[in-house]
Amino acid sequence: MTALVRRESGLDRRSTVVVAALVLVTSALVVLSVGTGDYEMSPGEVLATLAGSGTKAQYLVVMGRLPRVLVAILVGAALALAGAIFQTVTRNPLGSPDVIGFTTGSATGGIVTLLFFGGGPGVVSLGALAGGLVTALVVMALCAPHGLLSSRLVLLGIAVSAVLGGVNAYLLVKANLEAAAEAVGWLVGDLSGRDWTYFVPLAVVMAVLVPIVFANGRALRMLEMGDDTAIGIGVDVPRVRLILVLVAVALVAAATAATGPLQFIALAAPQLARRMTRLPGPNLVASAFVGATLVVAADYVGQRLLESSLLPAGVVAAALGGVYLLWLLLRRRA
Amino acid sequence: MRTLVLVASLAALVAVVLLSIGFGSNRLSLGEVLHALFAYDGSYNDVVVRDDRLPRTVLGLLVGMALGLAGSLMQAITRNPVAEPGLLGINHGAAVAIVLGSTVFSLTSPDQYIWFAFAGALVGTTLVAVIGGTRGATSPLRLVLAGVAIQAVFIGINQAMQMINTHNLQAMRFWLVGSLINRNLDQLSVLLPFFVAGVVIAVVLARALNALALGEDTARGLGANPALVRAAGMVAVGLLSAAATAACGPIAFVGLMIPHVVRSLIGQDERWVMLLSALLGPVLLLGCDILGRVAASPAEIQVGVMTDVVGGIAFVIVARRLKAVRR
Repeated sequence: MTALVRRESGLDRRSTVVVAALVLVTSALVVLSVGTGDYEMSPGEVLATLAGSGTKAQYLVVMGRLPRVLVAILVGAALALAGAIFQTVTRNPLGSPDVIGFTTGSATGGIVTLLFFGGGPGVVSLGALAGGLVTALVVMALCAPHGLLSSRLVLLGIAVSAVLGGVNAYLLVKANLEAAAEAVGWLVGDLSGRDWTYFVPLAVVMAVLVPIVFANGRALRMLEMGDDTAIGIGVDVPRVRLILVLVAVALVAAATAATGPLQFIALAAPQLARRMTRLPGPNLVASAFVGATLVVAADYVGQRLLESSLLPAGVVAAALGGVYLLWLLLRRRA
Repeated sequence: MRTLVLVASLAALVAVVLLSIGFGSNRLSLGEVLHALFAYDGSYNDVVVRDDRLPRTVLGLLVGMALGLAGSLMQAITRNPVAEPGLLGINHGAAVAIVLGSTVFSLTSPDQYIWFAFAGALVGTTLVAVIGGTRGATSPLRLVLAGVAIQAVFIGINQAMQMINTHNLQAMRFWLVGSLINRNLDQLSVLLPFFVAGVVIAVVLARALNALALGEDTARGLGANPALVRAAGMVAVGLLSAAATAACGPIAFVGLMIPHVVRSLIGQDERWVMLLSALLGPVLLLGCDILGRVAASPAEIQVGVMTDVVGGIAFVIVARRLKAVRR
């Protein structure tokens, strides 16, 4: 399996170093996050507790906070993998799920269930899943006559997002204040209160999806070289593309169900991974680790940035992601 | 052809104004509307017309005109079919500044908002100018993405402020949708000079923009200074967008759709495009407003939601039609 991952994802020496560094950074952030809050623990105490030699109180604190960081890691990895797949399949660095409207669709599904069916994590997840899938289908159907490779996909995604954005705003206005506050909290993308009941379903979904992604890793890299080349090498292009797009949509939906829509992770992570590893292609492993690091970091920064109130990870991600996209656009012209 | 379109536009404008005043949860005849306007005697119907529907209609006229004009200006300056103050973050820039003003300084009415709106619109306009490049003919995709990025940052800031302050959420979620209701004419009169200033600059620039459409060198030959024309044009866009946003919240797509429709009808003469966009902007905005009143009767759907839905669908059509979208 390790050999397979290495071969299919193009892990060379530099990538290995990058991934190792990301693992270290993420681990450090995990220890810091788990030690932060009303009950402060030093990194040493956190590590000792994780190793099984803490007090009972410390153990309870760690177990209370651990799922939140683990959810952050999984969500970041899921979004980053989905982004890497989309950017490769559309052969467009900007063809990421949040830019082309899936995130907004998931949000619409989430709010509808939250406002009309009372919510509860399970129901909201189903709503987000349905919303994301329907939006994905609509955008791809609109784009179909031109083929998914066209840059129109991005414009159409933005257009569909705009319609859904209006719908979302309307739903918020119709709701009573309490429900609206809850919906805004969910819409922005937040990790607070994410316990094991969020972690377990997400982990199960990813245990199914991630192997499918890596099993198609080689084909994905071939797709990036162009359909003709890929077909020449013997890749069943339409089938592989369909499978990968469906898996990517499912990954986004699962992540959105867990935390609400986190903007720009799917866009930025694969590109940052590409810059760090200096490798072309989807860089699946490195992307997943970059995504995990970004979300854990956004959540940690959000908790520590302001003294009085906690900023949700989504706000940090949106602000930083937007700035990153602007920077990218400015660079592309130069 | 142009005269025909002009006459039809004026007719549509008059029709939509009458509909906007006459149509609502209680329907009034033309006679009752005229009675309220010219023989006001304080009856319930008269009050509805005078205090509710008239300000709403005047506001729709002003804002629609401002957005249509700002859209046609931006499209002429950038020579990009998707340039639009709402889509590119200018209106959201103004909105963020207003939310900031209401959070930090407890401001509540448009005449207090306006200076914040300008500051925000200025930031938005500058960002668009820097990123999209006002030198003309940037790729539609690039410009739209710049808008998406700018909006994401602005919306993130807005959400953060709303989460910190629930009281603010209550006030702002209604305002951020974009709506024409609950405004009185006194508040609007504060904004009037800014609308007028924007229109005047646009009128003065019209000939130069036409020259610019022929290319930079030709424009210079005809005596226009391209850099100056673009800068002045963006100032007008900023003025119009800020005033419109201060008056009724961020509204997107009016400036995108109307100039497209106009160009497909009468071609590229910027003077006519601007004139007709200014006339048809209110037709679209008030039309959406009326549609929102009818669709959810007896409740209402805010005009900002209607323009998002109608405009998003129109944008889908535009995006599907664009030939050879460059990356």
